[in-house]
Amino acid sequence: MDFLTNLINGISLGSIYAIIALGYTMVYGIAKMLNFAHGDVIMVGGYICFMTLNALGLNPLIGILAAVVGCTLLGICIERIAYKPLRQSPSLTVLITAIGVSYLLQNLALLIWGANPKVFPSVVGGSGPIMLFDGQLVISMETIVTIVVCAVIMVALVLFTSKTKMGKAMRACSEDPGAARLMGINVDTTISTTFAIGSGLAAIAGVLMMSAYPSLVPTTGSMPGIKAFTAAVFGGIGSIPGAVLGGVLLGIIEVFAKAYIGTQFADAIVFAVLIVVLLIKPSGLLGKYVPEKV
Amino acid sequence: MAKETTAAAVPTKDRLLKALTGNLGTYLIVVAFFVIIEAMIAGKSITSAFQGQLVPICVYVSAALSLNLVVGVSGELSLGHAGFMSVGAFSGAILSSVLMDAVPDPALRLLLCIITGGIFGAIFGAIVGVPVMRLSGDYLAIVTLAFGEIIKNLLNNLYVGHDAAGLHFSMTDTTSLGMTNGTVVVNGPQGAVGITKISTFVAGTLLVLFTLFVVLNLMKSRSGRAIMAVRDNKIAAEAVGINVTKYRLMAFVVAAALAGMAGALYAMNFSSVVPSRFDYNTSILILVYVVLGGIGSMRGSVIAAAILTVLPETLRFMADYRMLIYAVVLIAVMVLPNIPAVASLMEKVKEAMPWNKRTTAEEGGAQ
Amino acid sequence: MGMQFTRRNFLQGTAVAVSAIALAGCGNSNDGSGASSDADSGTVSGDTSGDAFKLGGIGPLTGGAAIYGTACKYGAQVAVDELNAAGGAQLELNFQDDEHNPEKSVNAYNTLKDWGMQVLIGTTTTGPCVSVSKEANADNIFEITPSASSTDVIGGQPDTDGNITEQRKGNVFQMCFTDPNQGTASAEYIKDKNLGTKIAVIYNNSDAYSKGIYIKFKAEAAKLGLDIVSETSFTDDSATDFKTQLNDAKDKGADLVFLPIYYQPASLILKQAKDMGYAPKFFGVDGMDGILGLEGFDTSLAEGVMLLTPFVATADDEKTKKFVEEYKKVSGSDENPNQFAADAYDCVCVVKQALENAECTPDMSASDICDKLVAAITAPDFKYSGLTGEDMTWTDSGEVTKTPKGMIIQSGQYQPLD
Repeated sequence: MDFLTNLINGISLGSIYAIIALGYTMVYGIAKMLNFAHGDVIMVGGYICFMTLNALGLNPLIGILAAVVGCTLLGICIERIAYKPLRQSPSLTVLITAIGVSYLLQNLALLIWGANPKVFPSVVGGSGPIMLFDGQLVISMETIVTIVVCAVIMVALVLFTSKTKMGKAMRACSEDPGAARLMGINVDTTISTTFAIGSGLAAIAGVLMMSAYPSLVPTTGSMPGIKAFTAAVFGGIGSIPGAVLGGVLLGIIEVFAKAYIGTQFADAIVFAVLIVVLLIKPSGLLGKYVPEKV
Repeated sequence: MAKETTAAAVPTKDRLLKALTGNLGTYLIVVAFFVIIEAMIAGKSITSAFQGQLVPICVYVSAALSLNLVVGVSGELSLGHAGFMSVGAFSGAILSSVLMDAVPDPALRLLLCIITGGIFGAIFGAIVGVPVMRLSGDYLAIVTLAFGEIIKNLLNNLYVGHDAAGLHFSMTDTTSLGMTNGTVVVNGPQGAVGITKISTFVAGTLLVLFTLFVVLNLMKSRSGRAIMAVRDNKIAAEAVGINVTKYRLMAFVVAAALAGMAGALYAMNFSSVVPSRFDYNTSILILVYVVLGGIGSMRGSVIAAAILTVLPETLRFMADYRMLIYAVVLIAVMVLPNIPAVASLMEKVKEAMPWNKRTTAEEGGAQ
Repeated sequence: MGMQFTRRNFLQGTAVAVSAIALAGCGNSNDGSGASSDADSGTVSGDTSGDAFKLGGIGPLTGGAAIYGTACKYGAQVAVDELNAAGGAQLELNFQDDEHNPEKSVNAYNTLKDWGMQVLIGTTTTGPCVSVSKEANADNIFEITPSASSTDVIGGQPDTDGNITEQRKGNVFQMCFTDPNQGTASAEYIKDKNLGTKIAVIYNNSDAYSKGIYIKFKAEAAKLGLDIVSETSFTDDSATDFKTQLNDAKDKGADLVFLPIYYQPASLILKQAKDMGYAPKFFGVDGMDGILGLEGFDTSLAEGVMLLTPFVATADDEKTKKFVEEYKKVSGSDENPNQFAADAYDCVCVVKQALENAECTPDMSASDICDKLVAAITAPDFKYSGLTGEDMTWTDSGEVTKTPKGMIIQSGQYQPLD
């Protein structure tokens, strides 16, 4: 029973990492950039939803919608101002700019909403947790919703990139932007769209994360951003199923390390497992090994 | 072309300018800074705030130089560099406490601590470097980040003390150290405590000069050229017979050692140092200094690290908006030069500068 | 390539501009006691005429610990405004941000020194305070911290085996309980009132405050014969998911969970415990204070939570009510002050009282004031009654003697536990 409980907890924690990792992997796969500000867009999504629900007392669905719209707009703005001029620059330059954007978002949030933590009302509504096996196994509603949403998004993204015109354009840009341009694809618009989608995903991740762990401060997005980045690389960066697998596995490893080895060294163990896996499979679990051609 | 083959035809002014803009210039900048600051200290025209930042400036400059060796010269993104500083800081602090009676002279003790920091930095650099060299690109970045976090987590659980019986270690708490009437040196999450401050600006400047010396000479040496060859085209370098792994590891370990020395200097400047001080945020901070100064440009690292350490403090009068302004400045410096309108404006300004005008005129004349 | 050069030139231009600003700031020098430099005054309030005592404050106003620094800043400001209005020697407060970072904290300290600080109220958090107190000790500036509770701050406290970590810094005093005292007091309280038979502890392993209390609690519990069945921890990096820790406590049959942590992670623990159908008694320390003030928090989750706290914002007495009202005005928000704010308020008041007892004047040097204040505050007849305690006294050790109040949360309010 313990094992099952820990497994469920791991999956529930991991599915949140997975949704965040999906946003990371999309942007990296297509725009080839590590968007360090992703975690902070999540935080902003959380605050927008909180404001709509608390200050205006509106329906949770409107709150989610507001967060998605707000974050998508924010993502487009950031991309246009900070990342677009750097398209031709080395990737390190963009990384540093992303860090600057991250600081900017955190400090703006601090000025606007203050340092006191906000307790987020769950968007999942009032239904209580599901109790199985006579109350010994507890699965909260938030967990189920998160897992379902994660699966839905993953399937939607895979279908989007393989079936739709824009999705195929994204894959083309990710493989070879030069050739894509020659084929008549507007690379700029494609990349901007990718950012918009990634930011929209971040909003959903933010809302779900806050529902499960309802404590919001301007620095809330920072650590999950790093962990999700780890998960994305773990699963093979650029691979959509990889991000989900990486996220879920990371959550499970984290919970198991805490439960069976010891809470003091859990962080070290999680990262150690990551290193071992990457040494065995250097391109991540589901990543493609792209041989360097001369 | 003729200008370069006939040395006699090159005006001494140009030669001087060339030397100054080269590596010698970088050393001179450091020495000049030192002399100016010492003059200000002697003349009592320096604020406590600035004086208190002198050692941290030296620390961050050294750290930035060492990271530039990995990022600029070796071409790899390392996100866990602060972990090596951490190892150097803690080993230095432990040694300082143990040698407190045996080596009463602070300058000598500081030197020993810095050397110890360097040694431990190198050891951990090798431990981290050996597995990491198999990876590349973002995978390498993540693994270095992971190692940095592992080091932080382990140090959070470390307890070290010494008494008459010797050194004691524990990973749980101070009681299990099993000492009586001893001194606790490392106290878990509280980090290294009770440190006697022995770092000085002189020592810091010497460390910066030493780091510069090591890095610049490595770059000019045969090994340095091999490292850069690997950076530019790994397959071609391998084809020519360069041992890729050996040279990448060399750069990494040297950088880790230098970072360890910087860490030891840092620890000796504060009476306590916590493991969480050296987390991925600090690694990223140093990376920002390196990128802003120019990847591969050692002089750029020196200037950028010094200015960016002082910048948040000079903005204190802006109170609430301080960090916001800092973030905006960071983004602006990265983005603005890439906007065509701004770039062409700056080109015009650059051409209007007197020293640029003179060179073009003379070049035209010498031809 | 062309772009690269342009950025470097841009950077060089910026470098020149910034160096100019920095050197201009450096030019405003200070030889220790008198001249103030306007460029360095961050948030200065109170009487700035130059005839006032200069009180420096340091705490995190940005970053993850910003709640605590801003609470101290506003709490101190309320005290300064109140005391200035009442007449007598005037006070001027300059509160600087340290981002909960020891290096920045020392920078803030140096900036305040340049401003001409005579007494230091701070720092808010423990880590930075250990470093800053060393500096203040070297410069002989009087320091009283509202909330940095580790024994390394005051120094000179050996552990049970006689091991010392820091030497006593004679100029540093605390307004808050030391961590060991809270741990011991909690264990005694739990034993006396028979609050639980099987105890679980969840502490923050990356926080000196939390770990310090836990270690002392464990030692005292062993002496008193309390049965600790589960000990788990978390770190600042993983302070959101506690199901594993709670499961461990639940499986081992703990009926009381001791939480020597701050209220933000505590709020998550309470929710997760409820979700898993685990309902032990919860016992917190002064860090738990503030949980009822969390915006949007469902206070029924905290029903039955017990804690030791020196300050209750909803208490009925005049002093507290007035403070809460003034605090809301100064902070510009409707949120109640927490005990950090109250501690800072008391610090300023104690300093004022000691300054008067010692007959100090604003033209004295910081070092002279320090010597006189230390003598005044440790004098056997010196005591102060404030928001966080009655008849508080201080000894040479720097610790405060005051009785912790046991509280229990019922119907969203604090009620005395006795």
